[in-house]
Amino acid sequence: MSNFYTDDPDLVRQLETLDLRRIVALREDDYARARDFAYAPGDYDDALDSYRRTLEIVGDIAGEFVAPRAEDVDRAGATLTAGEVCYAPGMSESLERLAQADLMGITLPRRFGGLNFPITVSVMIVEMISRADPALMNVFGLQDIAETVNRFASDEIRQAYLPRFASGEVTGSMALTEPEAGSDLQNVQLKAALGADGVWRLSGVKRFITNGCGQVSLVLARSEEGTTDARGLSMFLYERDEHMTIRRLEDKLGIHGSPTCELQFDDAPALLVGERRRGLTTYVMSLMNGARIAIAAQAQGIAEASYRAASKYADERVQFGGPIRNLTAVAAMLADMKVALEASRALLYETAMIVDCKEGLERRVEQLQSGERAAGAADELKELRAELKKYTRLAALFTPLAKACATEMANRVAYDSLQIHGGSGYMRDFAIERHSRDARITNIYEGTTQLQVVAAIGGVLSGTLAARLDEYEAGDLSATPELLGHVRAARERWAAAIAHVRAADSTEFRDFHSRRLVEMAIDLACALLLLRSAQGDARKLLVAQYFVEQMSARVEGAVQAIVTSSSASIDALQALGRD
Amino acid sequence: MSEHPLRIVVLVKQVPDTANVTGEAMKDDGTVNRAALPAIFNPEDLNALEAGLRLKDRHGGRVTVLTMGPPSAAQVLRESLFRGADEVVLLSDRAFAGADTLATSYALARALDHLGAFDLVLCGRQAIDGDTAQVGPQTAEKLGLPQITCVSRIVEVVPPGAAGGAPASVTATRSVEDGAETLCAPLPALLTITGEANEPRPPSVKLVMTYKHAIAEALTGYDDSYLDPDSDEAEVCMVGRDGRPVCRARIVLWDAAAIEAERELVGLRGSPTRVKKIESVVLAGGEARLIEPTDEGVRALVRELIEEHILG
Repeated sequence: MSNFYTDDPDLVRQLETLDLRRIVALREDDYARARDFAYAPGDYDDALDSYRRTLEIVGDIAGEFVAPRAEDVDRAGATLTAGEVCYAPGMSESLERLAQADLMGITLPRRFGGLNFPITVSVMIVEMISRADPALMNVFGLQDIAETVNRFASDEIRQAYLPRFASGEVTGSMALTEPEAGSDLQNVQLKAALGADGVWRLSGVKRFITNGCGQVSLVLARSEEGTTDARGLSMFLYERDEHMTIRRLEDKLGIHGSPTCELQFDDAPALLVGERRRGLTTYVMSLMNGARIAIAAQAQGIAEASYRAASKYADERVQFGGPIRNLTAVAAMLADMKVALEASRALLYETAMIVDCKEGLERRVEQLQSGERAAGAADELKELRAELKKYTRLAALFTPLAKACATEMANRVAYDSLQIHGGSGYMRDFAIERHSRDARITNIYEGTTQLQVVAAIGGVLSGTLAARLDEYEAGDLSATPELLGHVRAARERWAAAIAHVRAADSTEFRDFHSRRLVEMAIDLACALLLLRSAQGDARKLLVAQYFVEQMSARVEGAVQAIVTSSSASIDALQALGRD
Repeated sequence: MSEHPLRIVVLVKQVPDTANVTGEAMKDDGTVNRAALPAIFNPEDLNALEAGLRLKDRHGGRVTVLTMGPPSAAQVLRESLFRGADEVVLLSDRAFAGADTLATSYALARALDHLGAFDLVLCGRQAIDGDTAQVGPQTAEKLGLPQITCVSRIVEVVPPGAAGGAPASVTATRSVEDGAETLCAPLPALLTITGEANEPRPPSVKLVMTYKHAIAEALTGYDDSYLDPDSDEAEVCMVGRDGRPVCRARIVLWDAAAIEAERELVGLRGSPTRVKKIESVVLAGGEARLIEPTDEGVRALVRELIEEHILG
């Protein structure tokens, strides 16, 4: 019996110790919906109990049903026959099972058949599914596009499509990338033309589309003829018909179960989502931020699976008269992996809670503005708006931090886990080779780590992150004064490096050191979050001590690299990289 | 006359989880220590429930789940609701305690009588605690129903009122010692289902959230008025005193009087089975023997195992 929730104390700990009160109250309209839906919670404890039960069910499905199928799904992969994509058998079975359990509309409103769960809980679900099979997570996680439809599409579209997502009848895709528009999405060329009959029609090619075979796609297309920038792009909802063909499936390094399609649209009828010209600037950014958290969770799940594989192997493999775990070199790798996992998880769930808070505040402000909800005190709206502004900024900063952190961590953990397996790890007999291949995409898609750095550096340099770190420090960290001292010392060094970069006043110099500054920011945020969880928790204290020690050394190294770097290095970049 | 929805009753049992046995599983007197083992839904009863739910998905109708046991057995009924059962009934009474298969099937037959008309009764082939596989067949006998046991596949169900005037029937494949046989029986009929028949669905999280607080409520009569969509009772969820939604009367509780059971025929009094002696067999490894890895060596071993009645 394997349950990926109950067997993972650190994950259980998230639900049991994070304070979701505010988030759930915002999402549940202060529990006013309890009368409308039989499955709506009556209060916070009721909601928490429902989350717990749901997570146990998902843990059971992930451990007992999905994980045992993952190897076959990887071997069989998705196939393209006569223009139609066929999932590996295990993949279809798992999707059906998740639909039977009513898990295909986790965050959607109940009136469309969803569960109306917070993103934080949804991230826990995604993490477990990914630990079992990250390829399945791709298709499962694309229920996120329904969330975008819910937020921006007309009520008509919402009513027509969302219940079909929630029931699992349809799966989706987000069709953004094109051959000439990858990271640079403002270069999207796929054309949307408005016919005399009032129907939009799409023509062009999309590439690298995960689950492009899904019945419903959100397609980014150029609706404004003659434009070349982001403001000429709109978002469309396209339902599969004969006007779109799947030209090919990519032959990938990993996540073989997840079909990556090249799509050709020929006058394919589609519905406009939201307003024209806001496709990339508003809708894709929202879609992308949701997807980035999901990918961070996917990476977290792969890392968990990789770490467990290493730990198990280190117990079973006997060399030099004992299990290799007894060798310090191996024990140190395992400790590094475990501590990195827990640090990343702390940042992941902090980020999920920030995004939950932001979205809850958005809803509340909209309700107050539209008069759907009566304001309490006169300045309630004003206060909420200020808070919303703060959380919007934090969400925009923490999402790339969490994605960069979790996906790079997952690759390191998978790499080290394979190393612990030695020669056996290089063979296909062990799951770690699959985990290593699967992990490799996470720091590439939905924005490479390099792009996450670009997205985060502004908030790092501007002091947004420092202000948040101050809030963590202002909390009760009294049980760990010495560790707090170390973190503060590291923060001062980091601040000095930031000052150094700002003083240089050179875009090139800043870009050259952005990654170092962002990595330090991630390290410091993780350190304080771990410190917070170490108050009165002896095991977490060990984790925090181990982490802070290594973090301090890393920060020192990065600061040295920045303050001692000369302009000669930057001048040499072009020449050196060209040799 | 149009096909009418199937009325399916599934008989289930809460059992100690004998698959995960620990050192304390047995008491000193050799009986099962129920306190030390987690109580679970008898695995093949889940297959029976799944078979019922699939028939309902295909033909429409309703699935009623019935169990006999202590009040804590309400948990398997809640789990049935989590998977899509429409109504659940708990038979619970001190008088039922200590029942063997005869007294159990008598009580179940009385309860089935009390439920009113049904087309199909489905049960697991056997429970993992007693492993008798007798309760299903005995229940069918008492009700005078045709039975198909050890069903690995329900091939077809022709519901009452089917087009063309075909008689209501069930066709099912059962596993027998040297293969399989496919039988057809008129409805109403009783089937016992094996683990091969299907993969039971997981609980639906929506139903879990809806019914997690469902409590057993004693009712002497049987009220299915809430099944009528026009009735006020159709609203399953009401707001309780504390303002929280409560699902009313979702677990119907019946005692011996409610099913008009004769006192002499239920529980220990109705059970002729007596435990005469319990032998605690402890299997321990003795010395090891090396067998030559040749055809001859293996043949000699197989012969010996057959003589010892270990193989064969």
